[in-house]
Amino acid sequence: MYPEYMRESLKKVEQTRQKRLELAKSGKEVYPPMNAKEREEVLYKFHPDYREGARRVVKVGPNKGETLTTEVADLLESHSRIKPEQFDLTKPDYETDLLIIGGGGAGCAAALTAIEEGVKVILITKLRLGDANSMMSQGGMQAAVNPNDSPAIHYLDAIGGGHFDNKPELVKALVMDAPEVVKWLENLGVMWDRLPDGSLQTIHGGGTSRRRMLSCRDYTGAAIMRTLMDEVRNHPDKIKVIEFNPAIELIMDDKGQCAGAVIYNLETEEYSIIKAKATIIATGGYGRLHIRGFDTTNHYGATADGIVIAYRAGANLLYMDSVQYHPTGAVYPEQIAGFLVTEKIRGAGGQPINKDGELFVFPREPRDVESAAIIRECIERKKGIVTPSGRVGVWLDSPLIEMLNGEGFIKKQFPAMYRQFYRYNIDITKEPMLVFPSLHYQNGGIEINEKCETKIPGLYVAGEASGGVHGRNRLMGNSVLDYNVFGRRAGRYAAEYAKKVKLGKLTLEHVKKYEEELKEAGIQSNRIAPILLPNYTPVEVRKRQLTAHYEGTLR
Amino acid sequence: MEAKREMITIYIMGKAYKVPADATIMGAMEYAGYQLKRGVGCREGFCGACATVYRLPGDYKLYTGLACSTLVRDGMYLAQIPFVPADKPIYDIEKLEPTVITFQKIYPEVFRCVACNTCTKACPQELEVMDYIQAVIRGDIAKAADLSFDCICCGLCAIRCPAEIVQYNVGLLARRLYGKYLNPKDKQLDRRIEDIKQGRFSKAIEELMKMNREDLRKRYYERDIESQVGD
Repeated sequence: MYPEYMRESLKKVEQTRQKRLELAKSGKEVYPPMNAKEREEVLYKFHPDYREGARRVVKVGPNKGETLTTEVADLLESHSRIKPEQFDLTKPDYETDLLIIGGGGAGCAAALTAIEEGVKVILITKLRLGDANSMMSQGGMQAAVNPNDSPAIHYLDAIGGGHFDNKPELVKALVMDAPEVVKWLENLGVMWDRLPDGSLQTIHGGGTSRRRMLSCRDYTGAAIMRTLMDEVRNHPDKIKVIEFNPAIELIMDDKGQCAGAVIYNLETEEYSIIKAKATIIATGGYGRLHIRGFDTTNHYGATADGIVIAYRAGANLLYMDSVQYHPTGAVYPEQIAGFLVTEKIRGAGGQPINKDGELFVFPREPRDVESAAIIRECIERKKGIVTPSGRVGVWLDSPLIEMLNGEGFIKKQFPAMYRQFYRYNIDITKEPMLVFPSLHYQNGGIEINEKCETKIPGLYVAGEASGGVHGRNRLMGNSVLDYNVFGRRAGRYAAEYAKKVKLGKLTLEHVKKYEEELKEAGIQSNRIAPILLPNYTPVEVRKRQLTAHYEGTLR
Repeated sequence: MEAKREMITIYIMGKAYKVPADATIMGAMEYAGYQLKRGVGCREGFCGACATVYRLPGDYKLYTGLACSTLVRDGMYLAQIPFVPADKPIYDIEKLEPTVITFQKIYPEVFRCVACNTCTKACPQELEVMDYIQAVIRGDIAKAADLSFDCICCGLCAIRCPAEIVQYNVGLLARRLYGKYLNPKDKQLDRRIEDIKQGRFSKAIEELMKMNREDLRKRYYERDIESQVGD
């Protein structure tokens, strides 16, 4: 329930609703979309990436001298968790054709595709299988399936949304593979939302010029992820799953090829060695770094582990200066601050409204633009609504959706959102939600080509951990597509490679070299990475943990 | 600010801790100093990692909830169920038929359901769990798929079930069978895939790939946008 003092503002939203409804129903634009100049201006002035201190030069590694997101640069200038000389690499604990690091959507899609090529797979994951941002995506997946749409139009939307920085061959792969991915998932048993005649339901997303968003209610990620997990578990003879074992360093061979990883049992604190002919990093993104102090929509395990270990091994990073803030994270009630409120809400006609009941931006701008516009409305124009704990946000008018699409639409299409707010006595069919941008996605990552190859032979990357597909800003619905398209590609190409490669002598020399580079650069940090998990223990409690020894965030 | 927060006492596996009254169970455990590794996942109610059982003072009932989205209450005593031992039968989805016979083979215990409705009461998503199990028994896979759609596989139904059914796995199989075999199909999809294979869109994409930034930019801002409501 909203506090009494917000009533006046809520009333203003109600008062303007009928007029906004009529305009939306007319099929005309509800608000003029920004042109190139307006987009650039709002981004430069209000997007958190452009704030002072948001970026700094990294002093070591393959991207040395480049300007990166500050928290990323900090993470890269950290020490390893291990001392390489303590490991006898001649006696691996496991040997396999293909090692997949990460048990989310990209990792599972890769595993299922790789076994079709006849290779043996070990899939390791930091938490449980399926513990990933993939499970949490709500709104949908883009695919150009309608007759008035085409892969080329999808291409133009994606590359424009990414500020034309996307790698063309990756965007081509993304849009051309999309319809095939829809079919693949359907054959595995994913229940896409459909119209009564069986045709796929398609709606808009931010930055789409055609209705191209397929969905599974607002549990799209969960529906896909659970299907993929179930199928992975149907092949225990070919895919060995090892849970609660993150990779903490890659292993190389003396020919400069990737040859597996050192893994760490989170529960027994043992290290093990996996020797693999090919390795895929599918570790996802970095929301739990809480960049610029933002709340995040991300999974507990989103700490950029794969970026750290690939960088130490010499892989190049792309666009790690660009952070995605989802325009609509919850700000009230306090218990769900930062939680994702799906963009499908705006895709279905929901509108961001200021405290005076006015629509102030086209509701479906690309995410960075929409976020910057919401921040501008709150910070510069002071037209946000302040919560009892001092947060600020704007209304996201959901009752409008029900009026546009008919009664019962929200409960049918947005059961997760309805539940999320109903737990706190807010009925989103009758009252709007209060939202503000929340840290959501790692736009950049480890540079790959259309075969998911990195510059290190034998090292492949897929999903959010990779960089280049989305340029400097991803559109809604292109990440679910990304992890399927590139997960499948990584599985296929890594398996083909694994069948041919001959490994040399295993080594962790690169970890030692990186440590020397840190020293030479004069970096006096006691940071340890990968951090593996965030730490939410209160400072007071930490002070009393006198005998505890912290390795980074972990006790 | 911190000092002003109202505090209450909860019992985490029997031990008393003072925690903020407005915290979720997960927030309260972290406030108390637990570094969670099990029993934590997406933290937003989608992954099912944080199933929790609890009782309240003076109340005989055993309650269930997700730690990430259940608020603490004074005197609450709780334990997390971070893992539910459950058999995962192996099957080849390509060879199954979407009928009740499949469930008789793979999950025969489903037919032991005594319709006690304990699973439904245990569900933190408030799904009609018993109804979807009963739908499976009747062979109504569409109904089972629909009713179980929002399942997050936390396992609370399965640990409460006197017939030892693993409801969440049964629901998942029902959805996969429905999605693969019973859902009406989109007639345009195969055509689109075939057109891509035949290279019908390749020229248009190649043209965009070769464009310089300025031309591409112009093309992008000039593109027409399909209306919200569509045709």
